[in-house]
Order: sequence, then structure tokens, then C-alpha cells
Amino acid sequence: MIAKKTTANLTNLPVMNLQPTTLQKIDEVITHYPVKRSATLPLLHLIQEDLGWISPEAMEWIAAKLELPPINVYEVVTFYPMFRQKPIGRRHIKVCRTLSCALTGGYKVCAEFQKQFGSQPGAVSADGEVTIDFVECLASCGTGPVVMIDDDLHVKVDVARAQQLSAQIKAVAKARTTP
Amino acid sequence: MPAPDQHRLIFAHIDEPGYSPDLACYQQHGGYAVMKRAFARKPEELIDEVKRSGLRGRGGAGFPCGVKWSLVDRKSGKPIYLIVNADESEPGTFKDRYIIHQDPHQLLEGTLIACFANNVKQAYIYIRGEMPLGARILEKAIAEARAANLVGPNILGTSYSCEIYVHRGAGAYICGEETGLIESLEGKRANPRIKPPYFPAVLGLYQCPTIVNNVETLCHVKHIADMGGEAYTKIGTPNNTGTRIFCVSGHVQRPGYYEFEAGKITLGQLLNEVCGGPLPGRTFKAVIPGGSSAKILRFGERFKGKRKVGAELVDYDWGVEDVPMDFDSLGMIGTMGGSGGVIVMDDSVNMVEALANINAFYAHESCGQCTPCREGSLWMKKITTRMVHGTARAEDAALLKSVADQIPGRTICAFGEACSWPTQSFLAKFGDEFKNYAETKQGSPAPATLI
Ligand SMILES: Cc1cc2nc3c(=O)[nH]c(=O)nc-3n(C[C@H](O)[C@H](O)[C@H](O)COP(=O)(O)O)c2cc1C
Ligand code: SF4
Ligand code: FES
Repeated sequence: MIAKKTTANLTNLPVMNLQPTTLQKIDEVITHYPVKRSATLPLLHLIQEDLGWISPEAMEWIAAKLELPPINVYEVVTFYPMFRQKPIGRRHIKVCRTLSCALTGGYKVCAEFQKQFGSQPGAVSADGEVTIDFVECLASCGTGPVVMIDDDLHVKVDVARAQQLSAQIKAVAKARTTP
Repeated sequence: MPAPDQHRLIFAHIDEPGYSPDLACYQQHGGYAVMKRAFARKPEELIDEVKRSGLRGRGGAGFPCGVKWSLVDRKSGKPIYLIVNADESEPGTFKDRYIIHQDPHQLLEGTLIACFANNVKQAYIYIRGEMPLGARILEKAIAEARAANLVGPNILGTSYSCEIYVHRGAGAYICGEETGLIESLEGKRANPRIKPPYFPAVLGLYQCPTIVNNVETLCHVKHIADMGGEAYTKIGTPNNTGTRIFCVSGHVQRPGYYEFEAGKITLGQLLNEVCGGPLPGRTFKAVIPGGSSAKILRFGERFKGKRKVGAELVDYDWGVEDVPMDFDSLGMIGTMGGSGGVIVMDDSVNMVEALANINAFYAHESCGQCTPCREGSLWMKKITTRMVHGTARAEDAALLKSVADQIPGRTICAFGEACSWPTQSFLAKFGDEFKNYAETKQGSPAPATLI
């Protein structure tokens, strides 16, 4: 849980292992707004991209950086589905659940990914390789069913294509683990 | 009557071989020339052109853009902000995606003209979090434009300066609602604000006057500045001027995006000719014409009444296929043009399952501030889900209706209407399927799609 402090302490920031480029981007993005608090979402994105998830320390760090009570960052993290309070698998598979994709077979595609990696939506697969999420409309309904793997959108993904994509992910994983 | 040809104004270069999102390509196609000419005019003249054009917002509500701009409080002495609504989160809608990915400078040019017309010095593009590539393309486009003195201080050597930044959302549908969006941009939960007093035109971002416009709307502004408001009204039909992009998804042969003059094509022409009709061996059963919140239409139903054509009132008697695709005609038959997302369902679809899918969306996306919306959307989901799982009770169809009827008009934002209209309209038009779900499931003409 996040500390119950009401004011964040600038001099006593939790140590964060952020890459220099992330720190640079953080300082840059804060200048985009007349009010620092506006940088909350951008900072959460930058830190999540760097570290993979949002830890309680990260929330405190952001709060201190933006001179906010930590609760203001915490309430944002819990509101927006894209921010994660736990690490996820190396690859993130998001299958669209909403109507147009469902009409063209989205549920079958999600089931296929689950079968391929033996994991339930929201959970990390046993080998730590993937997290599958069944998400709401990804704004590409005309090419349904659609799937996002990390930042890449894949369109018209039927069961056969889901198998191909899974095989690719597995091949990359294998190449990494075998010396 | 054969369908008219597409009229590609906004999508002129979408999918064009060799056309790239780079500034150089855009400029080879005449890019930023319109802005240059616009900057030589008086801002009020540009607002007048937009008013004269009759342009209606493409984000969903169809509110006249010129009127929106004229409501902006210009006396407060506070800065005026403009926010580009690139949240594109209404299910069934996927038009802004292609503008952002393939023609970002068209959006920037339209945005800069709108900013100049309204004396805006700072604009933000609020793009949904699930479009990371789109955000990077926009950032690159802005950087290119800045390097070419098209964004930033003293644009093109004039005394006018304007900054544009990209701001990413993080997966919440309610950020599409303009006041929820503003809260989100301020770094908070996207809880929509109460209107009054929080009309963005007066008390928007940082309590300053703010204009929120959809991506496509701002692209239209560029073309209006180019051809003039009067010429723009010649495209489309009276009160529904310009072109409309229809995003067709679901059960048609050729789903996709199609741009036509507003009101010049009927729903039947769009679905049968342009989109190639139903899938082999299927027939159309239902269609949602304007994003998932719009009320559903049932093939076979008829709409009768009187409508204005010019100065006269004439009778109309339409089937679903005969309805012209414009804001007013779709409004007349009890649904809406909304965001242009047309979702088609054929006879393989079980309407209870389809509604359960939609209700799961709204229950997930309610921001939770208003009890009728938070609890109502959840109960609509629970009831339709238990219908799907065969554990519903006899009185559940009536209960579902009563829950839906108690939401609209009792909430802070229009999400209340958006989440109850699907349930109300599905029940009104397909009540037979809901009454005895087990029976209809057995009697449905094909094994129901797994929804
Ligand atoms: C629940 C809800 C979701 C909305 N989602 C979007 C959206 O994703 N994109 C959009 O442009 N407008 C959306 N709108 C409409 C906006 O509130 C606003 O009216 C619109 O951005 C104004 O732009 P326009 O006048 O150019 O259409 C939504 C409205 C509601 C009530
Ligand atoms: S109507 Fe729903 S989404 Fe809108 S403010 Fe109320 S609870 Fe939130
Ligand atoms: S319904 Fe899947 S992308 Fe819109």
C-alpha cells in the first residue's frame, strides 16, 4: 500500500532505477503543461514503459515530482485500465472483446491464445512469457477480430492466425532461453 | 437507385499508394497552403466561414461547430484552449485512426486554422492510450511542423504563435466525453463535470474557456477554410452539409470506411452495394447506425411520418434500407448518426447475446459517479449475462427494462443515455427474443455466434 502522507517529500524521493532517457523525457513532458498535475498520465506511461508496471514507490516518486499528495497518483492508477500495479508477462496480448470483433469471432481468438499459453485473461502465463487481456474496443472494428501484441495491432486475426502469432512469440522466447 | 460514388474529402489520400505521413509528402500535395491563406485573414472571418458552412461535429452529438465556437467566453481575459478529441472510443468507430496514422498533417493544419480563428495559443491532442503508434506519428508530425515554422512561435513569420502537444489517455472510454477528457488532461480521474456551470466554452481546461472538437471535425475546418463556407454547403444536404465517413463493421462482405456526401446515400445502398451485402447464405437482421450507443434498427420495420423537404412537409414511409444517412433522418426514426459507426448483425446473431456484449462494455466503462449509471449499467450486464447463461428468471425482461428506463436524464453526463439506449431499443425491437430466451435459442435459424 501507498503511504498515507498528505504531502510528498521532494528531498526524500524513493530510489527509482529509471533510464536516463526516461528521466529526460519526464522533465521535458512536465513543461508541456501550465499545471504540473497534468503530467500525471504522461509520467505514469513513461515509467510503465521503462519498468513494466507501476509500483507503490513509483507512485510516491511521481507524487513528489509533481508536488502532489500520493493519493492523487494512486486514484489515477486505479481508474485507468492501462496502468498496472503488478508486473505482467514479457509480451502483452490484448484481444478485443467488444461487439464488432465478437461478431467476427473475437471470443474464439481469445480462447485460442489462452489455450496456446495455458493462462487465463489477466494472469501471467506460468513461464512468465505472456499476459493475455480481453480488452474493450480498440477502434479498428472494421478489421475484426483485432489483437494488440505489445504496441502492434494485428487485424483480421482468426484462430489460425492466433496460432501463428503464438508460434512467433514462442519462437522468440525459445531463442532467448537457449544459448 | 444505384449508390452514388464516394466523395473523398477527408479521406482523399487514405490508402493512396506512395502517400506517407511525412511533411514533405503533405506539402507536395499542397499542404499548409490553406493555413497560410487563412492566417492572412481576420479570425472572425474564419469563424463566420465555419458558421456558414453548417459543419456539425463528427464526434457524436452533431453540434454545429460554428455555434460552439461562438459560445466561447472571449472576455474573461483567460487563455483559450483547444483540445482535439482523438479518443475514438465509441465501439464501432474507427475513422480518426486512419487520419492520425496516414494523414496527420491534415489534422494539424485543420487544428492550427481552428486555433488561429479562436485566438488559441495552446492546443492538446488527446489520443486514446491504445494508439501508441498514432501518438508517435503525431509527435513526429508536430516536430516536423515545428522545424518548418508551422507550429510554435511566430508561425510563418506572423505575430501568431501556437503550441500543440500530444497527450495520451490510458484505456478509459469516458475520456471521450469532453468534460471527462478535460479532467483526465488535468491529471485526474476522468469523472465528467456537471453542466452547468462547467461548460467547456466558459469553464474548461484549468477553468479556462476551452474548445473540444473531434479529429474529423477539425479536418473539415481545413476544407472549409479552403473552399469557403458557402461552397461547403453545396456538398451534402441542407442542415447535413459536407461529407460523412461511415465505419462499417460486423456482418457484411466488405466492412471498412467509406466517405459520402451526407444524406445522399441510404443505409440500404451503403450496406448492400458499397459493402457487398450480407455474408453468403445470410440475411441482415439488425443494424446499429451510429456507434454502439445508438438505438438499434430491425430489418423489416417501417418508419412513417412527415419531414421537411425545402419549405414543404412531405410524407415519408421508409424501411430500414431507405433511410438517408444523415443526422436528421436517423434522428427522425428514433436513432442517431452519432460517430458514423455502423454495426451490422445478420440472422446468425442472437440478440440477447449481442446486448449482453454491449452491456458488459458499458458496465466496465461507467466512471461510477452517478448511482443510476454505475448500478444500472452493472445490473443490465448481470441480467443479460444470466439470460445468456440460461439462469434468468421469467420476470427478468421486465426488470431489465425497468432498470434501463431509470437511467437516462438522471446522470451527470450523456453516458447515462448511451448505456440505456441499447437495452431499451433491443427490448423494444426484439422483445420476443428476450421473453423466452431458451426457446429462441433453440429456434434460432443458425447456431448462435459465440459472443
Ligand atoms: C460517453 C461519451 C463518449 C464520447 N466519446 C467520444 C469520442 O471517443 N470521440 C469524440 O470525438 N467525441 C466523443 N464524445 C463526444 C464529446 O463529448 C464531444 O461532444 C465531441 O468531442 C465534440 O466534438 P465535435 O463537436 O467536433 O463533435 C463522447 C461523448 C460521450 C457522452
Ligand atoms: S453518467 Fe455514468 S459515466 Fe457519466 S458521470 Fe455519471 S457515472 Fe460517470
Ligand atoms: S469492436 Fe473490436 S476494435 Fe472495435
